[in-house]
Amino acid sequence: MAKKGWDEFEIGAMLRTFDGKIDNIAGTRQEDRSYSENSSYMASVADWRLIKPVFNKDYCIDCQFCWIYCPDVSIISRDKKLIGVDMDHCKGCGICVEVCPTNPKSLLMFPEQADEETEIASWPKKDEEEA
Amino acid sequence: MAFDKMELKDIEVWDGNFAAAQALRQAQVDVVAAYPITPSTPIVEGYAKFKSDNYVEGEFVMVESEHAAMSGCIGAAAAGGRVATATSSQGLALMVETLYQASGMRLPIVLNIVNRALAAPLNVNGDHSDMYLCRDSGWIQFDAFSPQGAYDLNFIAFKVSEDHDIRLPAIVNQDGFMTSHTAQGVHTLADDDAFGFVGTFKPMNDMLDFEHPVTHGVQTEEDWHFEHKARQHSDLMLKVSPKIDEVFADFEKLTGRKYSQVECYDIDDADVAVFCLGTSVETAREVAGEMRTKGIKAGVIGLRVIRPFPFEQVQEALKNIKAVAILDRSSPNGAPGAMFNEVCAAMYSHESSPLISGYVYGLGGRDLTKAHLVDLYNELQTNADAGKVTTQLQQFIGVRGPKLSFL
Repeated sequence: MAKKGWDEFEIGAMLRTFDGKIDNIAGTRQEDRSYSENSSYMASVADWRLIKPVFNKDYCIDCQFCWIYCPDVSIISRDKKLIGVDMDHCKGCGICVEVCPTNPKSLLMFPEQADEETEIASWPKKDEEEA
Repeated sequence: MAFDKMELKDIEVWDGNFAAAQALRQAQVDVVAAYPITPSTPIVEGYAKFKSDNYVEGEFVMVESEHAAMSGCIGAAAAGGRVATATSSQGLALMVETLYQASGMRLPIVLNIVNRALAAPLNVNGDHSDMYLCRDSGWIQFDAFSPQGAYDLNFIAFKVSEDHDIRLPAIVNQDGFMTSHTAQGVHTLADDDAFGFVGTFKPMNDMLDFEHPVTHGVQTEEDWHFEHKARQHSDLMLKVSPKIDEVFADFEKLTGRKYSQVECYDIDDADVAVFCLGTSVETAREVAGEMRTKGIKAGVIGLRVIRPFPFEQVQEALKNIKAVAILDRSSPNGAPGAMFNEVCAAMYSHESSPLISGYVYGLGGRDLTKAHLVDLYNELQTNADAGKVTTQLQQFIGVRGPKLSFL
């Protein structure tokens, strides 16, 4: 955000979430909303993250548990199907992995620098004992 | 939902608390969040009764502390309503943290402070310790000298505070018991005239505007905090004072009652003057009149607006006085009096300055008598004749025991 001078912003400890007037925001997807530059949606907090979730769609049953439990609304779901993780807002807490019910899990945590394709290629097999 | 109007006589016999409660009713305050404390309780109790009796359309929120009271007011003001409350002393001390939130968030709230001493020792009577407690809180601060002032200044406070160029909360001070519980004749406004003066509340950046969502109370660190505080200070220094003058003028047009940021009585030809706050102003005026019959050209200056401090108006009022006494009704606890310091700062930077001496008086409701003031004016005349302050710079008035003076 541009560093404005003391006389260049609106008064009060107040920020606007959207530019201009909004309408039916609940029915509008995040990527289609007119978020202002002050909205947390526009800010990346990815540098907080030490480990990251990797999503393997081959095992996902679209139960939406991860979407419900994610404390930062970082699981991107469209038409009740998990399509990925918002890596600008995910802080790497691992709750999505914890709640994932599939065997093997469809989400696993890896070091931040891990290569996604390599990890998916060497994804753990089904745990027969647990099954 | 309709509410009933109240027929008032042109002059009603009201104490300061009831006068303030009537003003809150006539301004049709939307939300009062309050916690009771002596001697301010009857203000919010009065509003609550008016509401129960259908004389006001609003919400009374009973909370668990003064901290919560102001927090409730902040929430209601951010939501977008006309908001007021009242407190005193220990309650104000608990509220102080949230005062800074209200002003930094630029929310118009009117807080009636019925000035009372701060413990220990515990004391319910009037002094200005609590007034000084929120001196730097970023609120606009008015001071009433009588129930009439407590009534009028509430309307003025709403109008200044809620102006979209201002948007800063405002305090109306009145002296505990001497004003709050002493009934006097109060010239009233008819309900329609009073509400017409204050006007319908105009929301700004309100949370109830769902088409323009806002986040109130955001955090800023070293990258933004200084700019926000600078903006608030700049608005207090440059915008508030002209707005107060404008509203004072509008109020005079409506009522004929004239208010000034620095109230001057018999000052034009005065050699000596007493500079004070609250009910002491009226006592000092009476004594000044009597001193004039004895050949001492005495005047009185009462500070009507404490914040923003009317620096230039104080210079103007004092520039031709020979000797002035600054009265602080609060123990400075290890320094010259707060008001003494502020007036000295104003006069030090002016080409002509009176001899300035400071007096601490009236703590915990101790009376300031006419005899005290007669002695004081005589002392000032001695200073004026000698061309220097003949006493120590800080003296205590009315305290038992050996004479107490410093500096």
